[in-house]
Amino acid sequence: MIDWLIHFSEDLLKTCRDVAPITAIIIGFQVLVIRKPILHPMKTLLGFVNVLIGITFFMDGLKMALFPLGELMSTQLTAPEFLGIPPDTTVADWRNYFWVYLFAGSIGFATTLAEPSLLAVAVKAEEISGGAIRAWGLRIAVSLGVSFGISLGAFRIVNGTELYFFIIGAYIIVIIQTILTPKLIVGLAYDSGGVTTSTVTVPLVTALGIGLATTVPGRNPLLDGFGLIAFASLFAVIAVLTYAQLAEWRNKKRNSSNQSPSK
Amino acid sequence: MFLRNNRFVRQIFSSFLDLAPILVVVLVFQIAVIQQPIPDVLNLIVGSLFVVLGLTFFMLGLEQSLFPIGESMAYAFAKKGSLFWLLFFSFCLGFGTTVAEPALIAVASEAANIAGKGNIIENTTEAKDSYAFALRLTVAVSVGFAILIGVLRIIRGWPLHYLIISGYCIVIVMTPFAPAQIIGVAYDSGGVATSTITVPLVTALGVGLASSIKGRNPMTDGFGLISFASLSPIIFVLAFGIVS
Repeated sequence: MIDWLIHFSEDLLKTCRDVAPITAIIIGFQVLVIRKPILHPMKTLLGFVNVLIGITFFMDGLKMALFPLGELMSTQLTAPEFLGIPPDTTVADWRNYFWVYLFAGSIGFATTLAEPSLLAVAVKAEEISGGAIRAWGLRIAVSLGVSFGISLGAFRIVNGTELYFFIIGAYIIVIIQTILTPKLIVGLAYDSGGVTTSTVTVPLVTALGIGLATTVPGRNPLLDGFGLIAFASLFAVIAVLTYAQLAEWRNKKRNSSNQSPSK
Repeated sequence: MFLRNNRFVRQIFSSFLDLAPILVVVLVFQIAVIQQPIPDVLNLIVGSLFVVLGLTFFMLGLEQSLFPIGESMAYAFAKKGSLFWLLFFSFCLGFGTTVAEPALIAVASEAANIAGKGNIIENTTEAKDSYAFALRLTVAVSVGFAILIGVLRIIRGWPLHYLIISGYCIVIVMTPFAPAQIIGVAYDSGGVATSTITVPLVTALGVGLASSIKGRNPMTDGFGLISFASLSPIIFVLAFGIVS
């Protein structure tokens, strides 16, 4: 118990250091530039204490649960006994790792569908487009996009293809889609890439990638371990752009079929 | 009745919802596919409780302190502040919120661990801590810079997609010159930098700005700040890799 308390207070001190800059900035601007007293000083102070305690617990929980969970899943899903391949294999065959892609895809789909900030973006998109884009349709589209992105990322780690080529390919797709999509929705689409990867998903997916690169024969975590988050955000953008194009196309088709009898 | 209206209880519930999809997927795979005993179950359960508890305190604290102050400040600066102060504030807001971002802290320390094991840096706690801190600082500066550019864009009315596409081109040109071990981290840092603290505060700034400038539509012109914030870390971390 004593050990744990010492450990906890050390972590709390670290968190204080992490939160210090934003605290200094807010207080600095409040005192020096805006020059008005803070409305509820006690409540604000209590809020800061809550933030500190929250980050400390969260980081501890990450180390105890989410990081080990990601590593555990990648170890178990790539174990030679589980895959039914000889344990001394030195070259990975990507066809053996079907369950890994499925797991990566499921995590991507489930976490994105439940992501609260995506819900907010989807509701806004429905308003902007005047109902042509449905909030639920968009959420499912983005979840599918992220799910495909993370699976593809897992495939890349297993296969060892360079990250660079995939990213360039995805960029080119985004650029072409940008030209074709109504400009009103483009800003929202770009933003959704950053929004879909939440604080809970990022550590787990990172651990999964590093775990995969460690256990798959012939891969190096230093070179292959990262990149899953990048796939998730890029494919979220592509999914929103695709959905916006489909919605527009459907609308046009409906309009023209409504008009055709009168012609 | 009491339970439903209590903010703490509601927040615990919504934090649990953040974690639930992960737990469901993992459980389904454990039971249906892997069918092996899970080692350290107790640690996993306690850790998950910590994650839920931590997230709850964190979100409650943000709603009590940082969010109201930050939002009212963002609105105040967007409405009347001079251009210099507005840009200065934008930079500081991006920088300050990103430094404290929990996901970034976690990923930076993980990247330092991997770099230490791969002998890119010395495999000591000190070297790893300073590497992780330098990485976080780089990302934070880049987000500050991104918000500054984004605010300037909203004021001047530059089209978003040209800026984003040029950003993509810079990334594509820079990547071949960057050391191979930093590329993955750099690409990931974009998605990592924008989560819990940054998104709400930066969105408040964007919406406040777009609604206070004539001829701007908060629905459409307010967007784009987050996309800059998730693109510029890639460029800055690649540069960090090239320089160090």
